[in-house]
Amino acid sequence: MAQAAIELIGINKSFGAVRANRDINLEIARGTIHGIVGENGAGKSTLMSILYGFYQADSGEIRVGGQQASIKTPNDAIALGIGMVHQHFMLVDNFTVLENVILGAESDALLKKSIAKARSELERLEREYGLEVDPDAIIEELPVGLQQRVEILKALYRGAEILILDEPTGVLTPAEADHLFRILKQLKDQGKTVVLITHKLREIMAITDTVSVMRQGTMVATRETRKTTVEELAELMVGRRVLLRVEKGEAEAGNVKLAVKNLTVKDTRGVTMVDDISFDIRAGEIVGIAGVAGNGQSELLEAISGIRRAVSGSVMLDGKPIDLTGAADPGELRDRGLAHVPEDRHHVGLVLAFEENENSILGYHDDPRYLKGPFLNIDAIRNDAKDKIAKYDIRPADCRLKTANFSGGNQQKIVLAREMEQDPGVLIVGQPTRGVDVGAIEFIHKRLIAMRDQGKAVLVVSVELDEIRSLSDRILVMFSGRIVGERGPEATEGELGLLMAGVDHQEAAL
Amino acid sequence: MSTPYAKLPAWADYGLIPLINLFVAFVVAGFVVVLVGENPFRAAIILVEGAFGKGTGIAFTLFYATTFIFTGLSVAVAAHCGLFNIGTEGQAYIAGLGIAVVCLSFDSTLPWWLTFPLAIVAAAVVGALWALIPAYLQAKRGSHIVITTIMFNFIAASIMVYLLVGPLKPAASQAPQTRNFLAGAELPKLNWIIELFGAKIRSAPLNVTFLLALAMAFLVWLLIWRTKLGYEMRTYGHSPKAARYAGISETRIIITAMMISGALAGMMALNPVMGDQHNVAIDFVSGAGFVGIAVALMGRLHPVGIVLAAILFGMLYQGGAELAFEMPAISRDMIVIIQGLVILFAGALEHMFRPYIQALFASLSPRSVGMEAVKGKGA
Repeated sequence: MAQAAIELIGINKSFGAVRANRDINLEIARGTIHGIVGENGAGKSTLMSILYGFYQADSGEIRVGGQQASIKTPNDAIALGIGMVHQHFMLVDNFTVLENVILGAESDALLKKSIAKARSELERLEREYGLEVDPDAIIEELPVGLQQRVEILKALYRGAEILILDEPTGVLTPAEADHLFRILKQLKDQGKTVVLITHKLREIMAITDTVSVMRQGTMVATRETRKTTVEELAELMVGRRVLLRVEKGEAEAGNVKLAVKNLTVKDTRGVTMVDDISFDIRAGEIVGIAGVAGNGQSELLEAISGIRRAVSGSVMLDGKPIDLTGAADPGELRDRGLAHVPEDRHHVGLVLAFEENENSILGYHDDPRYLKGPFLNIDAIRNDAKDKIAKYDIRPADCRLKTANFSGGNQQKIVLAREMEQDPGVLIVGQPTRGVDVGAIEFIHKRLIAMRDQGKAVLVVSVELDEIRSLSDRILVMFSGRIVGERGPEATEGELGLLMAGVDHQEAAL
Repeated sequence: MSTPYAKLPAWADYGLIPLINLFVAFVVAGFVVVLVGENPFRAAIILVEGAFGKGTGIAFTLFYATTFIFTGLSVAVAAHCGLFNIGTEGQAYIAGLGIAVVCLSFDSTLPWWLTFPLAIVAAAVVGALWALIPAYLQAKRGSHIVITTIMFNFIAASIMVYLLVGPLKPAASQAPQTRNFLAGAELPKLNWIIELFGAKIRSAPLNVTFLLALAMAFLVWLLIWRTKLGYEMRTYGHSPKAARYAGISETRIIITAMMISGALAGMMALNPVMGDQHNVAIDFVSGAGFVGIAVALMGRLHPVGIVLAAILFGMLYQGGAELAFEMPAISRDMIVIIQGLVILFAGALEHMFRPYIQALFASLSPRSVGMEAVKGKGA
């Protein structure tokens, strides 16, 4: 085996009573792609933050290239050739690519020299690793996939030999993710070392050479990727067997609950995002909408749920029209039995600064159950929240805790509990398991199927193709604002992938 | 990932940190006192004794505090809805007009206990209407509330100057103010409360408006944390997108919150106008609206904190006046510097010491910082 690029020996780190990392030993071989998986809160990010100098370990030793290293700040890490690409990009939105790359690494008081130097260096890096980006583009005008490339370029420009990527595909479309993986492979071929932190097991299987699994602050196993399976990794992560694909019976579709006809929606800039879309959802079925993010799914959800106004078309709920022109009141739609789990739970579905029980009535705060005249019925609200916490196994089971302090999976359960427990006739769900860990995904999928079996009409929009395929009774594929095809759940990933890219083989064959 | 320092126990959050900030403000102010050649310890003693040492001092302190409670609550109500109402000054000033109309009309016919409720309504309505215009512009046209409320302060000041040197001024008078109110528009003093505790009071302006201020503090607490309207305001304040999702009308909530804020600002005018001066004079608000911003921030937007912060600023006003009198080297401007330092450390630099204190707490007793709750247990 090649020489170790990084060795972590006996790393411990506590925050108060929580031991985020205990006795971690890890060896990362030079010139490999090493995956680190674990649920949210397992200690992955803490460990990498220690390596990158954000935190100091309470005890333990770091060796870089065989030499003992003391990493007190990110600058120390950079000097040792360690670069990091954060989950949330650290870019200045209104600067150009070039300006961002040299930010903090300017070689001269005047920018001109640094920029000239950076330009030639950047061209070399782009050539070498296939990282094409226009150096003069403004960051905010670039798609996220390219923004991430800029982050990688930033690290390489600073001479990184070891590149840490924290949940790099969370914001990427499948195609962008594939491109990223090609780049990472190229980096590996050039002798760089890549550390990939993720909770998506498919990515681990697809690209890594070695994988380490963390659970509750400890390193539970390290495996050679080709000698392990997704099932084994999932079990190691969660500590018990996990069903990756939910089991469900045949759908018994009933009456049409929601009928969308010739719906057209524009975004705030006036660009048509949803273009003349029609479909029905029947009671007792789950309809999945697949598609690469940004092809109009978000706008479709917002229009149906009354948050965004539509330009033309109609939506019928239980045979009666929804007012789409005057920006229908989402509260009125709730009264009519349409529940909505929004894609963005942090800013839309929840108020993170609220206590858990306050979020459990968001949107239903007009319900007389929760009120005494103009006053909130605090006891009723808290008891109701406690019931939902018990029923949906939300942890920690504390309805007075600030919502921001729950993990992603538990936050999503708070939203789902709120919307499902209203017993709606139609449930529309955007990205049901985005940023949610494996254990909670299984729970959420089971709940959605249970809703279907109770005879509800369920619409699921997700960029996770696996999720769509495992949940849906019918799959609609959206591309560029239009529905480009409908398939059954037996459709292959390749077939759906082509549709998502705007290529229809059946049509092509005709 | 969770932050390493998450949460302090409430007593440290709301008690210890403000006290440390206050202490640092006084230490820095002490250096300023040394620079002008006075003894800072003696200055501090004069300041505190001037504010709390004698009955009269206490009464003055609470009189000033009354004013700041209203303006602080006004700023806080808007802030809970995500709106920065800088127009408290102007809303209070123009509300003086409503009070003037009521008092000048009824002071010869009605007793104070009938004039007072009328004046409360008039002050609240005028203050609310003055806040309505910027609120409408924000809700419907997207004009930034900070800009419009600042401009409305100037407009209010100009209108009041025009009225007080013209239509509202008695013909024979040279002073830019209304005629003095008669007994029917003079509010009773509350000095007897302090005398109950054995202190002697010569003459001080503390009056029943203080009780109104405390009642309003309670009502604001009720509004923000116990009513549906308060819930909607907080939702919009934290996340306009979540409010939209929850079916809360943006226009309605902005306008309602700003009108309540304006009404509270307007009620502030009752204290100096009916409780002390018994007329409406030029510039009677004299910056209390802006002090309200500091009071609201220092009080962490909570009515209890606002009452305490208002008393602190009342102390600085009253004790500061005594200090300027006792120590000639310390001028009135020096007092403003000290007040400015308190605002700086307690308001603007509120979070300066927080990380250190949180780190300290985390190392002393890990459970107290709620780390377990933060991490949860998988999911």
